[in-house]
Amino acid sequence: MSTPPSPPALQVPPVRAGRRPRRPAEPDERSVISTADRRRPSVRIVLVGVQTLILVGLVVAGLGPLLWLFKAALSTSQDILRQPFALWPSGIQWDNLGIAWTRARIGFFLRNTAIVALGSWLANLFVSVTAAYVLSVLRPRWGPLLSGAILVTLFIPSVVSLVPLYLTVLDLPLVGGSLLNTYWAVWLPAAANAFNVLVIKRFFDALPAELFEAARIDGAGPVRILVSIVLPLSRPILAVVSLLTIIASWKEFLWPLLVLQRPDLQPLSVALPQLTRTAELNVQMAGLFLALLVPVLLFLVFQRQFLRGVGMSGGVKG
Amino acid sequence: MAIDVRTAPPALPRGPRAGAPPGRQRRRGFTRWWRGGGLAAVLFALPAVLVFAYFSWGPIVRGLAMSVQSSGTTAPAHFVGAENFSYVLTDPLLPTAVLNTLYFALLALAFGFPLPLFLAVFFAELRRRRWVFTVLAYLPVVVPPVVAILLWQVFYNPTPDGLFNAALATVGLGPYPWLNSPTMAMPAIVLAATWASAGSAVIIYLAALSGVRAELYEAAELDGAGIWARVRHVTIPQLRGVILVMLLLQLIGTMQVFTEPFLFTGGGPQNATLTILLMIYNYAFVDGDYGAATALSLLLSVVLVVLSIAYQFATRRWSPER
Repeated sequence: MSTPPSPPALQVPPVRAGRRPRRPAEPDERSVISTADRRRPSVRIVLVGVQTLILVGLVVAGLGPLLWLFKAALSTSQDILRQPFALWPSGIQWDNLGIAWTRARIGFFLRNTAIVALGSWLANLFVSVTAAYVLSVLRPRWGPLLSGAILVTLFIPSVVSLVPLYLTVLDLPLVGGSLLNTYWAVWLPAAANAFNVLVIKRFFDALPAELFEAARIDGAGPVRILVSIVLPLSRPILAVVSLLTIIASWKEFLWPLLVLQRPDLQPLSVALPQLTRTAELNVQMAGLFLALLVPVLLFLVFQRQFLRGVGMSGGVKG
Repeated sequence: MAIDVRTAPPALPRGPRAGAPPGRQRRRGFTRWWRGGGLAAVLFALPAVLVFAYFSWGPIVRGLAMSVQSSGTTAPAHFVGAENFSYVLTDPLLPTAVLNTLYFALLALAFGFPLPLFLAVFFAELRRRRWVFTVLAYLPVVVPPVVAILLWQVFYNPTPDGLFNAALATVGLGPYPWLNSPTMAMPAIVLAATWASAGSAVIIYLAALSGVRAELYEAAELDGAGIWARVRHVTIPQLRGVILVMLLLQLIGTMQVFTEPFLFTGGGPQNATLTILLMIYNYAFVDGDYGAATALSLLLSVVLVVLSIAYQFATRRWSPER
């Protein structure tokens, strides 16, 4: 994430960066165990012991299944079933990946997933930013009413509207027509996200109001103020919201299953369970592996933004 | 909501001013509104209003109406009073689904509640390479749920050669039927679900831990509190708010569990993993009985709304700015 000029502080303290330069003697932020404690050999031994134990546990539980999937993706079905712990007794089957990509059409479904995720992201950002801009910067007199109406939806669980939302998509009230089997059926409902409006609005609230006033005096209209002042200052929050939104829509299963019934529109999450009925086990595993690759790589590249975003979502929600 | 008015910095002057001559106030008010950017505000609000009206507010209201109407797939919908509710409440499967959902929530708390807290408190002590630990802990969370479920389904292969059975056989246990057994299916699903979600709780706790003031630890240390006593009497009480928030968040999530039982077992064996949301799905998309589905959704929502109001209060109290 690039640093824009004087970004306003996020509401919740971000996860501490792992390697911040600090004074060697006494770190400026201490935790339960003090530096003096750490000098005691008994503490040090226990700490190192627990640390090793937890690291081993995390590698086995966190990384293990993914590594196993990698192994299985390149094995024969027989090896996967008969010898789950053996490393490629019948040799490495690189072909699996190609078969999964083309014949099981993982590549095609992955493209659909990307379309779903990108569209949801754009729709979400557009709606959330404009709404937050109205509520935080333009501040019309009916603002509190709108903000209340949006906030209320945070209290109402999505279950209530599952079936009526499906019927709405099936036959749009007033304008008519059906969104079934179009990507709009996924994009538009995803855009009605009160949490994102709220998070972005809070960020806008913290921007210095004098900036807007100065721009207004210089003759900038509301669109200009949004595009040239508010958005450039808001890159950190937009990055966090973007990541969370894209990941959320990447993971979505039930809603696309309901509204994207045509197989050539379905994202990977909907198509994969059907693969278990049609493809061989090794091709299934290769498919799962390919499906996993994109989010895992994205995470490894954008770790800090990810972890900061998750750390925020617990506190800012509501 | 009221909060937004309170926290708003002094508003810019807009709308009719008090001193305007009474006769022309209305006209002046409108032109002022126009010139002051009133139209721009309306235009900017339009996307949100439309999207929320169509896909959030509308369906919520419609759901309320549908719960007291006949499902209307063949004949036009008409008012049937509490019929849908009595149908749902007398469904012999309902107690099973409710108990299963509660069982899921309870198991999820037992498996997945203390562990992230422990890990986060420990991670906070790491002075070097903390990112290795956090990345490893968070890795399962980025795995798409469908991928995780299909993968764990292979792990739960009930033959003696299945991954878990083969691993347990080395210590002389098993083979277990896992998902094929009515008693083991639910814990097996919860275990997989916990694996997939525990990482995000770790990160949230870790963020909260960085807000605990160092003086508290220093004071406790000067008073002679050992390391464990500091965790017990400083860290945990300081995190009480977040812990409550996470508890409620997890309860709200687990009460609406769908994907895991749907894909792992489809509610079986012998309805041992049939959850409330699976029942709603079956009512609506298998039986086509939208009235019953919305009625059950509404009943579940009453419980969830209570939890989420509690959650909102808990976050408000915990947030540093309130």
